[in-house]
Amino acid sequence: MSSDRASLGLKLAAAAGLLFMHLPLLLIFVYAFTTEEKSYQWPPPGFTLKWFAVTWNRPDVWEALSLSLRVAAISTLIAMVLGTLCAAAVSRSRFFGRETISLLVILPIALPGIITGIALRSAFNLAEIPFSFWTIVLGHATFCIVVVYNNAVARFRRTSASLIEASMDLGADSFQTFRHVILPNIATALLAGGMLAFALSFDEVIVTTFTAGQQATLPIWMLEELVRPRQRPVTNVVAMVVVLVTFLPILGAYYLTRGTESVAGQGK
Amino acid sequence: MTSAVRFSGVSRHYGAVRAVDAVDIDIAEGEFFAMLGPSGSGKTTCLRLIAGFEQPTAGRIEIFGQPAQGLPPYRRQVNTVFQDYALFPHLNVIDNVAYGLMIAGRGKAERHREAEAALEMVALPGYGGRKPSQLSGGQRQRVALARALVMRPKVLLLDEPLGALDLKLREAMQEELKALQRRLGITFVFVTHDQGEALSMADRVAVFNQGQIVQVGAPQDVYYRPQVPFVADFVGSSNVLPPALTERLTGTRRFASLRPEAVRLAADGLPAVLRSASFHGANTRAVFETEDAQIVALLPKGVEIPPEGSAVHLAWDAADLHLMTGAS
Repeated sequence: MSSDRASLGLKLAAAAGLLFMHLPLLLIFVYAFTTEEKSYQWPPPGFTLKWFAVTWNRPDVWEALSLSLRVAAISTLIAMVLGTLCAAAVSRSRFFGRETISLLVILPIALPGIITGIALRSAFNLAEIPFSFWTIVLGHATFCIVVVYNNAVARFRRTSASLIEASMDLGADSFQTFRHVILPNIATALLAGGMLAFALSFDEVIVTTFTAGQQATLPIWMLEELVRPRQRPVTNVVAMVVVLVTFLPILGAYYLTRGTESVAGQGK
Repeated sequence: MTSAVRFSGVSRHYGAVRAVDAVDIDIAEGEFFAMLGPSGSGKTTCLRLIAGFEQPTAGRIEIFGQPAQGLPPYRRQVNTVFQDYALFPHLNVIDNVAYGLMIAGRGKAERHREAEAALEMVALPGYGGRKPSQLSGGQRQRVALARALVMRPKVLLLDEPLGALDLKLREAMQEELKALQRRLGITFVFVTHDQGEALSMADRVAVFNQGQIVQVGAPQDVYYRPQVPFVADFVGSSNVLPPALTERLTGTRRFASLRPEAVRLAADGLPAVLRSASFHGANTRAVFETEDAQIVALLPKGVEIPPEGSAVHLAWDAADLHLMTGAS
């Protein structure tokens, strides 16, 4: 038996695993076109495109989508600024408690979302902060920072410290060095981290449940919609959009970071 | 003549560690100055103090008569060739070389023209379009050199620039660097732990040990007339005779140095026992044991080597025994 060719059994098992993960997704897509609106009936009695038009004309969908996009964009922005600064501090300088800070930053992604959610909710209550757009953003930023931080810290570690000294030696002040040397070297890592953060924020349910007031982000709206037996395929249409919106940036992040392994570690 | 770089009582301490301890240096304009020492001896810290990456804990640093304390690296007319070259990986060769000119606000055409001229100077014309990752170690080294030289620095700092190159390339680069320095007339300050490199290239050598300069002088001075046992041992592996032995030989109670190639076998002289002998091509390295010291001799081709363990007598010209001034 040669070691570089998988046996038939292994191939089948792998295929079964992949199908198990992705067939249900396909089901969601199929139901977006069904003519039956009260329940999910298999096989679908007929196919129609009308739900796309219905979805398009529902203002609550647009509101939820817009809220989700705004929350994701702003959380990602906050995460990119704070995550990069934190990564720079942890990887560039030595100070007391450096490892602790590194751990504390990563912790929110290891914690179950429900814990983060409850914790934030009690904290907001205690501080008498009314639930709003900004409380959702804060909740999302806690885990978005981790993604950006992890990407940036890995890139910083692979970037030679003497690059910064070389830039200053050649006459560049701190700002010029950041603009011309640091930023180009971490840009792809930041972009990848930002895209992942955006995708995470866009489909987040648990933390949002605890930190949102009356507003519904898109995933929350879908959850509410599923228990109401009215125009069910609308949810599926939205689900398709969510899958595409989250999938594209993740794919983009994958391609962006793939080819750059050799870029930043070069000076070592 | 103006001093290019002058240290007066400069110290750099990290907590209890005295990386540089009360160092005085006076480097003349146009000089090729080597700072030689083992790792951790403070030579690289001194270089970083000149570049501005470190600030002194005490003392004064002047660059061409101007006080340099507190000046950041980007306000000094000093450029550095880094040990790991530190080429910007995201820029191609021409933009690497032109980086300093770009920061200085020079137009694209002008800076590319000057960068190309600098690349020609280091024998890399036409390499501008490549990425640093596509270059060999020796080529990267030249790009790093061009990037520093294009700034027309008053002082060029070189931090073990040849350390990462293989032996043949290193020897070629030594000669090129020396020629380049003569041609440009720029003050070169060169840090190395390789005594051969320091001796062959520099006008003057400062030998560092434990954060202090133990001897400064022309290569011949440092090599033939070491002032302290450390220099005798580190620069060219001289024999160091303890004060007791020197006293018996010369009547003066001091450390003395004796070059291995000055020692010969004789019918009469210092009694010794041959411990070991190893063949090194042009000569044989023989280790002798005397009453109070071990003496290494490089015996030229043609000398009959007695069997190991034989009792022999060692002799040398009186002028080759050099009395040191320092105690340690």
